[in-house]
Amino acid sequence: MSKRIEVRDLNVYYSKFLAVEGVTLEIEPRSVTAFIGPSGCGKSTFLRTLNRMHEVIPGARVEGEVLIDGNNLYDPDVDPVLVRRQVGMVFQRPNPFPTMSIRENVIAGVKLNNSKISKSDADDLVERSLRGANLWNEVKDRLDRPGSGLSGGQQQRLCIARAIAVSPEVILMDEPCSALDPISTLAIEDLIEELKQQYTIVIVTHNMQQASRVSDKTAFFNIAGTGKPGKLIEYDETTTIFSNPSVQATEDYVSGRFG
Amino acid sequence: MSTAPAPIKAKLRLGDLVFSRSALFAGSMILVTLAAVAIFLIVQSIPALFATNEDASILTTNFWDYVGPLVFGTIWAAALALLMAVPVSIGIALFISHYAPRRLASVLGYIVDLLAAVPSVVFGLWGIGVLAPAVVPVYAWLNEYLGWIPLFSGDASATGRTILTAAVVLAVMVLPIMTAICREVFLQTPVLHEEAALALGATRWEMIRIAVLPFGRPGIISASVLGLGRALGETMAVAMVLSASHVISFELLTSVNPTTIAANIALSFPEAYALNVNVLIATGLILFIVTFAVNAIARWIVDRRKEFSGAN
Repeated sequence: MSKRIEVRDLNVYYSKFLAVEGVTLEIEPRSVTAFIGPSGCGKSTFLRTLNRMHEVIPGARVEGEVLIDGNNLYDPDVDPVLVRRQVGMVFQRPNPFPTMSIRENVIAGVKLNNSKISKSDADDLVERSLRGANLWNEVKDRLDRPGSGLSGGQQQRLCIARAIAVSPEVILMDEPCSALDPISTLAIEDLIEELKQQYTIVIVTHNMQQASRVSDKTAFFNIAGTGKPGKLIEYDETTTIFSNPSVQATEDYVSGRFG
Repeated sequence: MSTAPAPIKAKLRLGDLVFSRSALFAGSMILVTLAAVAIFLIVQSIPALFATNEDASILTTNFWDYVGPLVFGTIWAAALALLMAVPVSIGIALFISHYAPRRLASVLGYIVDLLAAVPSVVFGLWGIGVLAPAVVPVYAWLNEYLGWIPLFSGDASATGRTILTAAVVLAVMVLPIMTAICREVFLQTPVLHEEAALALGATRWEMIRIAVLPFGRPGIISASVLGLGRALGETMAVAMVLSASHVISFELLTSVNPTTIAANIALSFPEAYALNVNVLIATGLILFIVTFAVNAIARWIVDRRKEFSGAN
């Protein structure tokens, strides 16, 4: 189910502006990788290149290679729509479709891929996905209510259920807890721990405790100044990054001396 | 027993006072105007409502038999126009908001707005001078091959001045305002929802279907109501294009067409005298009521699924 991601010499542009420069890293299957770094260092931008969501913004483009199990996502004959079905994404702010019920939200992605799904299959999938997102017990009696009526943390878990319903191989999370309270954050972190059994997870976070709690490996991004491109400074085991980093800037950042 | 403390009064400043009074005045003017129109219509209509052909020469039996076909024609022409204009305006708006390159989109936007500024009499002239002759062969073809459908039955008009032509002209007239509103609403779709759809592996059309259109639904309905309002009340274009009779007929292609209230008033008013004037004003009252009802229904539709509207 889960796959290895290899990134080679990736440059990311917004029109002429080079936002992220020369990133090379490898992400193991069934692991959690955290991207940390100060605001504007390009970690979210880089994350969005892993499922080709970056190019949704007009003028945005990418140089270099992203390989998922050896296949380059940026090969000219690769359809970005199919990439996004393999690499799911959870956003910073919970974004369930407001016009859909909880149930419809969960199966929205499946309906796109395979518009004919029997009712019993759909019911199974809804239950399995919501259980997978630790949300089933809270919403099982109101599956036909609008998704926007849930609390922020529940909405975010609904979005995770929606992402895993299409059985992706990789799940990208762009600061999934930054709009949530501590209890909901804890629920999502526990969930990430479980999801890791099946999926490759990449998470961007501003919260260094979170990175140290949930991730196996951590990548630190930094920026030399405004207008300069963001770079990958250090990428290593999370314990190493937080206890004994090899670059001074990483140590300054994780110990709170700047950023 | 303790006396309540005197309420603290905000200091009255002259500027606040002047502004709040003038805003109040402006707000009440809308009610006064509406009331003035309604009172005029009702007072002038009352003698006509119970008139017969003995009192007013314009009537053949009584008022209600006179106004019936007109109400039918008004709603029928407006509904036909809307049926054509809604899909087209949604299409144009989606193209401008989600498909066209930015520069082309802004040029198109200007053109649509320009179209809205064309006076209706010009559309009338275009309808009678260009559209009507051009559609004659089309109508003949429809009549010959699809004549088994009741809508296309009867004898095809030789001039092309039928209710369908009038409806096409109306559709062209209401298109700009509807397109402009739909475009604005589609542009307001939260990027968050569009990205949610794309990240699930939606194509552009699927993204529009699950994120943009549901979000824009109330806007589409408002646009339709505005368009319908304009189509219901449009006078010149219909009066010029349509060769009218006083009938109820669903046939689209014949030279026997129902006319609309507004066009009928415009055409009959110059020669009206005595109670006939009141009869025409009473038809105006009916138009007023129909427009009101249409607005109320649309509002009800928008409110019905408020929970799912994305406003919360």
